[in-house]
Amino acid sequence: MSLQFELAHRLGDFQLDVALDAPRGVTALFGPSGSGKTSLVNAIAGLLRPDQGRVVLDGRVLLDTEANIFVPPHQRRIGYVFQDARLFPHLSVRDNVTYGLRFAARTLPIEPVVDLLGLGGLLGRMPARLSGGETQRVALGRALLSDPQMLLMDEPLAALDTARKDEILPYLERLRDEAGLPILYVSHAMVEVARLATTLVLLRDGRITRAGPVAEVLSDPEAVRDLGVRDAGAILEATVQKRDAGDGLSVLASSAGHLFLPMVDLPEGALVRVRIQASDVILSKERPEGLSALNVLPATIKTLHEGAGPGVAVALMSGEDRLIARITRRSAKALELREGSRCFAVIKTVSVAPVDVGGQIAPEVG
Amino acid sequence: MAVALSLRVSVVATLLSLPFAIYIAYLLARRDFWGKQLLNALVHLPLILPPVVTGYLLLLTFGTQGAIGAALAEIGIVFAFRWTGAVLAAAVMAFPLMVRAIRLGIEAVDPRLEEAATTLGASPVSVFSTVTLPLILPAVLAGSVLAFAKAMGEFGATITFVASIPGETQTLPSAIYAFLQVPGGESSAVRLVVIAVIVAMGAVLASEVLARRMSGKVSGL
Repeated sequence: MSLQFELAHRLGDFQLDVALDAPRGVTALFGPSGSGKTSLVNAIAGLLRPDQGRVVLDGRVLLDTEANIFVPPHQRRIGYVFQDARLFPHLSVRDNVTYGLRFAARTLPIEPVVDLLGLGGLLGRMPARLSGGETQRVALGRALLSDPQMLLMDEPLAALDTARKDEILPYLERLRDEAGLPILYVSHAMVEVARLATTLVLLRDGRITRAGPVAEVLSDPEAVRDLGVRDAGAILEATVQKRDAGDGLSVLASSAGHLFLPMVDLPEGALVRVRIQASDVILSKERPEGLSALNVLPATIKTLHEGAGPGVAVALMSGEDRLIARITRRSAKALELREGSRCFAVIKTVSVAPVDVGGQIAPEVG
Repeated sequence: MAVALSLRVSVVATLLSLPFAIYIAYLLARRDFWGKQLLNALVHLPLILPPVVTGYLLLLTFGTQGAIGAALAEIGIVFAFRWTGAVLAAAVMAFPLMVRAIRLGIEAVDPRLEEAATTLGASPVSVFSTVTLPLILPAVLAGSVLAFAKAMGEFGATITFVASIPGETQTLPSAIYAFLQVPGGESSAVRLVVIAVIVAMGAVLASEVLARRMSGKVSGL
């Protein structure tokens, strides 16, 4: 299951010009508003007819402007979860989620989706009586039951507050790991991208500036500019070793060493993703003594990337994992940091927010 | 007699023009095509023209000598001086009101909901019947009541097209007019006037109740 596309479309002064061969899993499209994310997704769904382009889903040509092929949206079998949910106001939740069934090639049982998304108690209600989080879960269920071959999600969490986001993210993680559908996920929230994506695509002014496995892109100092200095940060994979170490902390094992984090509410042995923001990492030449920070990971410097400002983005390898640290140019000079030199990455336990720790990661896809 | 005839003419005129009105309203609200403004003007023409002119134009086209009327007479459909002609006149006169009301309803439907239905596999026809139509039901009802009321009151075009034959084409307004022309007919006219008022009020009240129930369903509250 794969998606390939090349699209060129002009909208006023804006020019979208993208091409991508997306592998399985969750492909996140990340970029500031106005970078063309929604136009891109609409073109794939068939809601926008681009000036030029080609879209191939799993060998099926959905669009080819040269061959004059345009499969209308209702025949594309692409589920679309909109930012504004767009539930049908005149239909109950049950009728909303089963809407696509009558048009689907095969009839899916609704129970697995209802269970996956926790919709059991909502089926009898009308959409106007749902909370924002419930609304998005119903919208997701509705898209899944139309038996799609892929899912498009256009900032499905953007309209929700942090608490609601935290409520839905685990459902999305389960969806990614259990449904096995390719997902194109649009977002400008790094937390969501870091937790969900397998592939990360950075979009800027209608162009793709970087695409690759999420851990690689996030730890790439060259990409810091497109990620935003504040959002830069690497992803570490770790296993929950001790859920409760007695003092409200959890112990996680990563290839880099042990990590102490605020209590992770997942069973012991669970594989998790931890996002560590570049600005939360301190570098030290020697193993620090008498320091309050609990996490000290030995690391090797891979690259140093000087930005336009006073900062330097430092890419590190720690065990099998990548880290990225943002330090000042002055410190980099004082510590004589060079590519290949060894150092220690220090991470404050409390700087890792619970929302930065995600559940079960999909098995690595080649 | 005139009351029963008027009711029959108005109900039939409303029901028959409804599918066309929905279709035209949909075209005007959602589609772009060459001649859209012309179609819009044509639909509105009976609203602006003097009813007598509309009636005369109907006579010219749908009369037994008329271009369309002659052809239809071949297959047994005759309008001239029949109650069916009264239906046609009422339908034509009420049509713009019905189209306007329904068009406003369609324009109020969020096209993004229709897009959502499309991505779930619904063809344009299915999108219309499962999303658009249920959401515009209150507007359809409002348009129908308006059209019904207009049809009940239609006078000028009817009397010009099919005259005022008691029992065949003498509708309520024609009958009132006829009674007022005869000395001593005033009391009969007043009786019909009272009935006309009651029918009109009843229609508006019934539609109000129905509309409230429907809009509750549509907004999901």
